[in-house]
Amino acid sequence: MDDDNYYIVLCKNPTRFEPVSKANNVFFDDANKQVFAVRSGGAMGVVMKGPDERPMAPFRMEDRGDIVSIKFSPDKKILAAQRSTKTVEFLNFQEDFSTDPQEYSQACKGKTTIIRGFVWSSYNEIIFITTGGLEHYQVIPEKRTLKNLKSISLQVNWYVWLAPSSLLLVSSGTLGNTLHPFQFKSPGVITRLPKFEADLPVTPRPQKLTLLDRDVIMATIYDHLYIVVLRHPQSTSFGAEIVLYQLQKEGPARKTDVLRLDMSGRFAINVVDNLIMVHHQASKTSVIFDIRLEGKSDGYVMYHFPVLSPLGIKPFKLLLPSVNMQAGTDKTEYNCELYSANWIVFQPDIVIDAKLGCLWTLQINLNPLVTMIPDKDRLIQFLLNRSDSKPVILNVCAQMLVPGKQASLQHLAKVYDLLNVTYKQHLEMEAQLSAGELTMAGVTAKKVVIEQPDMFTHVFSIFEEYKDIKYKFMVAVLIEYIRSLNQFGIPVQHYLYELIINILVHNNCFYQLHQFLQYHVLSDSKPLACLMLSLETVYPPAHQLALDMLKRIQTANEEIIEVLLSKQQLLPALRFIRSVGNVDGVSSRKFLEAALNTSDNMIFYTVFKFFEQRNQRLRSNPRFQTGEHCEQYVKQFETLFGSDALMPVPSIQ
Amino acid sequence: MSASASETISLLNFFVFNTEYGPREGEEEKKILYYYPPEVDIDTKIKRIGLSEAIVKFSETFSDKPCQSLHTQKARQVFFEPESCFWMIMTVSIPFKEKVKDGQNVTEYREDHVQDSVFESILRQAYKMFKLFNGTFTTILNRANGEVELLKQRLEHFYNKYLLTLKIAQGDILDIFNGIHFLPLDKNTYLRIQCFINSLEATFPFIKYTAFLYNEKLVWSGLEQEDMRIMYKYLTSSLFPTYLEQELHGQGRPPSGFGHFGRFMTGPPDLNDERNMGKLPRVYVNTEEIDEECYLIVYTALSATICLLVNVRSPLNVLLCRKLDAMLGPQMTKLASDIGEQYSRRVASLNSAEPVFKYVYFNHMNLAQQTTVHIDLQKRSGVNIPPDILRLLGDINADLTKGNEDGETIVKTTTDYWVVGKKSDQREFYVVINQRSANLIEINEEVKRLCSTYLNNIFFLD
Repeated sequence: MDDDNYYIVLCKNPTRFEPVSKANNVFFDDANKQVFAVRSGGAMGVVMKGPDERPMAPFRMEDRGDIVSIKFSPDKKILAAQRSTKTVEFLNFQEDFSTDPQEYSQACKGKTTIIRGFVWSSYNEIIFITTGGLEHYQVIPEKRTLKNLKSISLQVNWYVWLAPSSLLLVSSGTLGNTLHPFQFKSPGVITRLPKFEADLPVTPRPQKLTLLDRDVIMATIYDHLYIVVLRHPQSTSFGAEIVLYQLQKEGPARKTDVLRLDMSGRFAINVVDNLIMVHHQASKTSVIFDIRLEGKSDGYVMYHFPVLSPLGIKPFKLLLPSVNMQAGTDKTEYNCELYSANWIVFQPDIVIDAKLGCLWTLQINLNPLVTMIPDKDRLIQFLLNRSDSKPVILNVCAQMLVPGKQASLQHLAKVYDLLNVTYKQHLEMEAQLSAGELTMAGVTAKKVVIEQPDMFTHVFSIFEEYKDIKYKFMVAVLIEYIRSLNQFGIPVQHYLYELIINILVHNNCFYQLHQFLQYHVLSDSKPLACLMLSLETVYPPAHQLALDMLKRIQTANEEIIEVLLSKQQLLPALRFIRSVGNVDGVSSRKFLEAALNTSDNMIFYTVFKFFEQRNQRLRSNPRFQTGEHCEQYVKQFETLFGSDALMPVPSIQ
Repeated sequence: MSASASETISLLNFFVFNTEYGPREGEEEKKILYYYPPEVDIDTKIKRIGLSEAIVKFSETFSDKPCQSLHTQKARQVFFEPESCFWMIMTVSIPFKEKVKDGQNVTEYREDHVQDSVFESILRQAYKMFKLFNGTFTTILNRANGEVELLKQRLEHFYNKYLLTLKIAQGDILDIFNGIHFLPLDKNTYLRIQCFINSLEATFPFIKYTAFLYNEKLVWSGLEQEDMRIMYKYLTSSLFPTYLEQELHGQGRPPSGFGHFGRFMTGPPDLNDERNMGKLPRVYVNTEEIDEECYLIVYTALSATICLLVNVRSPLNVLLCRKLDAMLGPQMTKLASDIGEQYSRRVASLNSAEPVFKYVYFNHMNLAQQTTVHIDLQKRSGVNIPPDILRLLGDINADLTKGNEDGETIVKTTTDYWVVGKKSDQREFYVVINQRSANLIEINEEVKRLCSTYLNNIFFLD
């Protein structure tokens, strides 16, 4: 029941760590997704836990003052810790995670500069972000020194780091809204991207820092990098907005989307499965935005509203060792406070409750959304953009056919078109891959694709389950799907045709079937032709349709001969092989046998003479060769017409 | 009598009788259900019917097949027993010419100008058309508790008008086939039309059957083939021309809504007048049940026409028609203009290579018929070939039909026309080539070439 009501959930198994206390400080490095529990400045031990790795053995550090920030290099060989505003200290780790007793440090440049923070840009490169700019260092652990690679002077208010894309955003200017993106794609190189200004709702007088780091995140959404800026309203009577600036290959970041919140106060932003998730602490609710869903455009910017009205995160119960031993249970359930003041969110999808010692990732549960988004068109669009939505989409499509809940054909048409747009893109990409025009590396995130076998097994199978679906509806649905496939130029699989033919045949709609074939709605194929042949007894024109189809396939001459012979149409069969120039290739025995079966002596005579002539032409001798196994028919011919009727063998000159 | 009148075939009489009625002497009058021309005196009527019945009975002794036609010097009579004991007879005149031979006036009757197959077909059609609008004779009698008078009224009401519209003299091979012209269309457009009809029928479940036509050519029929065949005949030979005539005389209906060209051809003339459903034909179809009575609503937009059949038991009013119009108007307009674009391209490509030959094609399996022998599909503007050549097509058809086997006939006329008739597995193909110098081999090759270009998509043996 609970599952049906909440679509935002916290992951089942949070990473647990020692909660924050007087003796224990907790740090989170969102680049490596590692939590550090630091007891007494490290002297009593440091415990590091990543989300998907075994806890590392605790290690000790000298307590030389409170730690401000602590981060491992990506390969976990070097630990960087900042204890003062001027220096960062380093500690080398061995392969077995034992520490090198000797720490070393690096101070920032300039007397008055202060280190705002540091980030690892590669396994042995680090960037100090100071009030005076960026300092790029290479760490040389074996020498226990750092080498300055490059420095950039820039007034810095704060910075944001997006580790997966090695993107650094630096705030500058009095208002803080001049944003400088830097990218560190290859070691040793800083790429400075064009700066841009985030627009502010109002410029305060006197000017002061207005754009704060807590209101800015960076995220990859649908393969594009965005700088996401929360814009607080001028007064509480207006709702806050989130502005998306898309980083451009050329030129400064461009404002592309605005998300309307209709609420104000404190917000936290996450990005889960390409959805922008906004948590509102005051109301203890969250909303999601999908920038792929249609919004309103003013020609420059798309304005979006939340996909659904605000809703809380699904309640989370934590099993804690029981304090009450008399109760007999060793664990008690603890209802975690959601949207707690102790919560801190990190990108893209992390929530940490430091007091509780819990780290969760946020997830989207798609099933409840099915009933929450009544517009199927919009629902399918939404689901197609999610990562694990295939079973949900198929279920939605199947439910649209169930009696009592049946969707209108217009809606089905729209949904099938949506499915087939992505299906077509997928097929094109596969074709490019196999042609070598595209490499696997060029293929972006795997998209959900609903293909014909999926529809056949999971959606149209509904027709078998519910016997009370009207055949007219079934045919209409299949035709709609076939129309959509054709519209996108996707070849239709044979089993869909078979399904539609079976429905039509079961309901005696032969004339409709005939018309479909006449307009080649059901594409030609040998199996389809054979199916038509099998229908001849119930619908005689099927024979003609089958022969026409075999003729068009062009590679089915053998089958045509078989059909004609089975119908005892000997003369048409002979005329046919002559017209396709295959007289020399066919088996004379097969024809003679069929001719004899007609019990029409004239036919038998004609066929026999036809092949005598062929023998004569091929080998200058009218007799059949032993390999042709025609002795029986020669004997029969002699019995019927006498041996004088045989063509005389030419005498050798 | 003027010379021209004598050269054409005209209807002499047309009557319906039942051999079971009035069996006793003196009661023969009861046999007569309908007689044309009506002004004929009763004795003549009785005599004619008596003679016909006698011929039917007499011929039964020689053959299992019922009597089909009676040839006399001045007239040709065709027989048809559509329902048990109900006979329909039609007699047409044999055209003649007054000639002076050896100083004497001689009347030369051209018996070969009247083809049995054509008039048998016309007679059958006359029955089927009656059945379309009235149901079978038996159904009418059953509904009237055996009251023959009602059947007589129906026959009189229907045939008095129908016989006047018969163009007896224009009968030709197309009447024998009585086929359907299908619109060639690409798969995607066809599927769009399909989906439109499906969605229409799902939105308005009272629509029992639907047929879609463009430029008087059929695209889709939800009716069974035989129902569609006669319905197609009615639409193309009666309803469409009448409607067109009204439009030409400025009496056409304006489009029923803004932004589209849709309008009802049958049904409410004015959607704002809720009391006027207009003239709404009732037809009897046999697709799902026998003699099912349906309203025939015909709606048109540009060159596209859709026929909606609604069972008479379903309530139908102007309000519903207004809802229909709201869906049909815009969608039909869009479909029509899309088809039109494709259609004009196709026509343009066909006209660019004006062929030196004319052909008629017919497929018995789906009733598909094509002709370039006729200037337009409904024979309104005449034919492209001399009348004797047109008759020759009918004769070859009769020959090929008799044998009921695949075959080919090549004829060279004294006027240097080559006429080729081919039949292959239920399909017939007739070609007329006017090529003076050609020989048999060349013509044979030419026809082979034509078959491979025009009939390459089907299994048609040379």
